[in-house]
Amino acid sequence: MTSTKTALKVTTPSDREIEVTRQFNAPRRLVFDAHTKPELVRRWLLGPDGWTMPVCEIDLKIGGKFRYVWRNSEGFEMGMGGTFREITAPERIVHNEKFDEDWTNGETKVTTTFVEASGKTTMKLVIEYASAASRDGALKSNMTEGMSAGYDRLDTLLAP
Amino acid sequence: MPDRLDATFAALADPTRRAILARLALGEISVMELAEPFAMSQPAISKHLKVLERAGLVSRGRDAQRRPVRVEAKPLEEANEWIERYRETLERNFQRLDALLVELQATEKKSAKKTPPKKSKGRQP
Repeated sequence: MTSTKTALKVTTPSDREIEVTRQFNAPRRLVFDAHTKPELVRRWLLGPDGWTMPVCEIDLKIGGKFRYVWRNSEGFEMGMGGTFREITAPERIVHNEKFDEDWTNGETKVTTTFVEASGKTTMKLVIEYASAASRDGALKSNMTEGMSAGYDRLDTLLAP
Repeated sequence: MPDRLDATFAALADPTRRAILARLALGEISVMELAEPFAMSQPAISKHLKVLERAGLVSRGRDAQRRPVRVEAKPLEEANEWIERYRETLERNFQRLDALLVELQATEKKSAKKTPPKKSKGRQP
């Protein structure tokens, strides 16, 4: 399992978006399950070490809601919830999400796609913030709270 | 530091300013030379430069006449460090997911082996 094969790629296709790509060495049916079944999601969607996910509820249907709460070793809690807009199992999910402490100033739209080729799955996440200012707000808060999405090296931003 | 990062990211959230920085990465030049390849007036370029200057991303030379513009590496490095930390957080999630997927596939294989090749009669209770 070389790191280049599964390498995480993070780019900024526009000033409102963050795009994350990652390959997994498993069929997409399983990768999809790992993103949509609460007993699986709570085992990996944890952020930095020391965080757990005491609440993980997912009602996987169009218009259905999900709710996540994370807790760190000091008892600090952070919650997030959203609504499913589109579901095409096991290839595509579109949902809206919002953190309880709304640092992004509005809902974020997330489109997740899973593409399978020879038993491996490439996942692409497009996170679209309400505005460029919202994305910057998310960046700033992420810095102090230590969760959520990553961001690309500025090389990408600086590419003409 | 977060305020400075705000200023850095805000300054970078504009294609013209990113193009200016990309040009300056090649070496310092005057505002006039800088404005040339852009379909923009010198005052418009100067406005963008002010934003970049406030964010500490560029500085102006002392040469009173030319006042060449140059890129400042430090804020970019700080923003880069931040980005790397969060990339690492994201990657940690995905590595946990890798491990989970290995486990799920192993479980599937095991239960496939347990299933008899053809449907046999159920065991006695």
